[in-house]
Amino acid sequence: MMIVAVYGIIRSRNLFVVVMLSGIYSFLMATVMVVLDAVDVAMTEAAVGAGMSTVLMLAVLGLVRSREAPLRHSPILPIIVCCLTGGMLIYGTVSLPPFGHIDNPQNQHVAPYYIENSVRETGSPNVVTAVLASYRGYDTLGETTVIFTGGIGVLVLLSGVMTRRRRFNNQKESDE
Amino acid sequence: MMRDTIILRVVVKLLLPVILIFALYVQFHGDYGPGGGFQAGVAAAAAVILYGLVFGVSAARKVVPQGILLALIPLGVLIFAGTGILSLLLGANYLDYSPLGSYPKAGQHLGILIVEVGVFVTVSSTMLAIFYAFGGRAEDALVSEEENE
Repeated sequence: MMIVAVYGIIRSRNLFVVVMLSGIYSFLMATVMVVLDAVDVAMTEAAVGAGMSTVLMLAVLGLVRSREAPLRHSPILPIIVCCLTGGMLIYGTVSLPPFGHIDNPQNQHVAPYYIENSVRETGSPNVVTAVLASYRGYDTLGETTVIFTGGIGVLVLLSGVMTRRRRFNNQKESDE
Repeated sequence: MMRDTIILRVVVKLLLPVILIFALYVQFHGDYGPGGGFQAGVAAAAAVILYGLVFGVSAARKVVPQGILLALIPLGVLIFAGTGILSLLLGANYLDYSPLGSYPKAGQHLGILIVEVGVFVTVSSTMLAIFYAFGGRAEDALVSEEENE
């Protein structure tokens, strides 16, 4: 089903359909995360990928035309880059340790400590929350700061465009 | 934006409290179940965005004014970083919540809750501010088109 959604995204020239299909793709991805027992990630994917970004894309679609512009250059170079990157990523997965094996590095390092001690030390039955907010508090603080910085950046960019356009319009009116 | 569709308006009005309650549930139940500040922040922002989509961005701006948002975005980071500084002042490591409560476990619990509130505040207000920035421009464009006609 995800492959069908991606094929639809590639084939469709109507941007509204593309936005909806990418929302569906995100929901399918969230389902995959649930199957993998990563409920927190699934929740984030459903909320951000399917909900928030779809809404923001729709808000942008209200500003631009909803048909894709025809290509002005040959798509061969982008296709080569995509295939190379995809091929390298697939090649990288070949040497990954087997999925879910107990001897894997990520199951041997700090994870057992978290699983054994998080309830005793933090009183939180959800290990993910304990790791995010307590053991790895620095990382989450950094993450929040990234969201803060990103939001401020977008706002500065958009408000800059708006004031410039307003000034431009005012100038045009005074010229006339 | 869609002022004529009465079904949409009624359904949205019914859904809004449910979404907000769910956001709060995800926020404060994050210790025990899946979720936390980030997911709850996005859900709460989605509720206001839904309201803005159906009733217009200017109506949403009346509910959550832009000025408050711009103050809330840094406030969340400050809550998070301030918790760390508080634990420093109480004689522990930065972001070690143990001294915040009467015994270490209670402190950890309280610390996690406060920090998640910080994440919630920043995430929800950032999402909403970005939506206002885009949606507001769409509405401005509509207004200027009408003026031109």
